[in-house]
Amino acid sequence: MSATLEVRELSVCYGKVEALHRASLRVPEGSIVTVIGPNGAGKTTMLGALMGLLPYTGHAEYAGADLADASVEARVARGLCLVPERRELFGELTVEDNLLLGAFQRHTRGDRTVGADTEAVYQRFPRLQERRRQLAGTLSGGERQMLALGRALMAKPRLLLLDEPSLGLAPRFVREIFHIIADLHQTGVSILLVEQNARAALQVADHGYVIETGEIVLEGTARELAANPRVVESYLGGGASA
Amino acid sequence: MTPEIVAWLAQDGITNGAIYALLALALLLVFTVTRVIFVPQGEFIAYAALSLALMESGRVPGTIYILLAGGALAAAMEVASAVRQHALARLPRILALYVVLPAAVAGAVWWAVPRNLAQWAQVLLVLAMVVPLGPIMYRVAYQPLASASVLVLFIVSMAVHYVMMGLSLVFFGGEGLRSRPFSDGQFQLGVLNVSAQSLWVVAASLVLIAALWFLFERSIYGKALRATAVNRVGARLVGIPANLMGQLSFLLAAFIGAVSGILISPITTLYYDTGFIIGLKGFVGAILGGMVSYPLAALGALTVGLLESFASFWASAYKESIVFTLIIPVLVWLSLRSRHVEEEEQE
Ligand SMILES: Nc1ncnc2c1ncn2[C@@H]1O[C@H](COP(=O)(O)OP(=O)(O)OP(=O)(O)O)[C@@H](O)[C@H]1O
Ligand SMILES: [Mg+2]
Repeated sequence: MSATLEVRELSVCYGKVEALHRASLRVPEGSIVTVIGPNGAGKTTMLGALMGLLPYTGHAEYAGADLADASVEARVARGLCLVPERRELFGELTVEDNLLLGAFQRHTRGDRTVGADTEAVYQRFPRLQERRRQLAGTLSGGERQMLALGRALMAKPRLLLLDEPSLGLAPRFVREIFHIIADLHQTGVSILLVEQNARAALQVADHGYVIETGEIVLEGTARELAANPRVVESYLGGGASA
Repeated sequence: MTPEIVAWLAQDGITNGAIYALLALALLLVFTVTRVIFVPQGEFIAYAALSLALMESGRVPGTIYILLAGGALAAAMEVASAVRQHALARLPRILALYVVLPAAVAGAVWWAVPRNLAQWAQVLLVLAMVVPLGPIMYRVAYQPLASASVLVLFIVSMAVHYVMMGLSLVFFGGEGLRSRPFSDGQFQLGVLNVSAQSLWVVAASLVLIAALWFLFERSIYGKALRATAVNRVGARLVGIPANLMGQLSFLLAAFIGAVSGILISPITTLYYDTGFIIGLKGFVGAILGGMVSYPLAALGALTVGLLESFASFWASAYKESIVFTLIIPVLVWLSLRSRHVEEEEQE
């Protein structure tokens, strides 16, 4: 199976401190791959590097082409999209404008189907439709999450990088978000999912990696990882689902 | 002080205030999108006003050489980066934008000057000469440093300002120039004798402000500019090109500066360096508005215009000092408040 994303020996430094050390992973076409690990392990750092926000050393290949020289906007144009941990919404713009700008590049390429996709996002998140004229800065935490995901979908990604999409959500919304992730997968989008909620992540993923203090320490199919005693103890411990 | 004098001073203040408001909006736009404090704004005023006056007196303004040279410089930088990134497909576009277009404008100006065209045609040519200098300036001076701190960008701005002002002296000389008024009429408004040019200024400012509002609220590029201003990282993540937004904001600011220069050149004698002080008053207006909100910036600028006008009546020697002293209490207040905001964000 060909890989949408192929990462080899990726290292990222903040000044002199190395936050990610020679991480290698691959996301096969059309699959969900999850990266789990404790706070400060380097998960967000890795996604930032893949998106072009942080400089890195090592090799990252997306859809068969090297990412090294690509700017963030060039990555977006090629279908790579990040829903960042901090969401980075446009607080002083309306929900609708946030979604519209998610499709900025499609607009400037003259894509006429953006309106239909806005409707599709509203169907997925009826809550956003109710609040389409509200400023994004006034949304609740859960609504922001939905908007961040919706905005990323507006770019029609081929590979979606998700940084803790269930962070701070009530259990009902967590289920909803994972439902949507599984659903997106059905439509052929590949997903790299970073999660604290390891139980839910391993349930929805095909493959997983465990990252600790900047290094990948374990990898395997989601089923293998879920059964691995070390994972069970550290991340699925005692049946409490985060 | 008689009511006539009050009305007359108010008219003067509103006319100037309208120009300051335009400049304040441009400064605010550039600052929020690129974090550049746009010191060279004033040069666009002077370049446009002086170019128009020169063309009217049948001389070819040196602006075209600045345009050609600036375009060549920008083209060289773009070509170098295209070669480095192995993106040679970009070359035709680069040449069209930075070489062919300036050359075409320069040619048109050469052709037009001896023919003494109608005033509106000359105004269009002046805009075509001056406005492209905005994006070219961004490409040459600011884009390579786009992620530098506000302070570094400010130092770049000062440097660009001095270079532009030096060129202004070289090409326009030290003499003061005025252009012909758009129309000579006078209107009787109550006790007040309103000159047609003042009405032109106020009307054009209102139209421009409305157009800006429309751009920000209705067009995807305007929304992208706002998005870049409110969240730079978010804007990059949805694929809004930061360089394009920088150039776009400089284009708008250059357009606003050039229009301001064209509007005031029939009522004010401009010298090669006058633009700076005018731009600075727009800046004071934007600061009075807290450097965040467009309506407040416009209101602040209008206040500056009125204050200046009345100060010139009571204490004309001090009118500049009075205007610039105004920013001290505002800056103190802003600095107190901004610390508060940062604390909130850290929570
Ligand atoms: N801008 C920065 N400058 C310096 N160090 C940083 C910076 N950003 C992150 N770090 C450090 O890099 C390490 C990895 O951080 P990162 O945000 O990638 O962790 P994470 O795995 O996403 O954690 P979490 O689960 O808490 O989100 C941490 O030790 C963090 O303190
Ligand atoms: Mg993180």
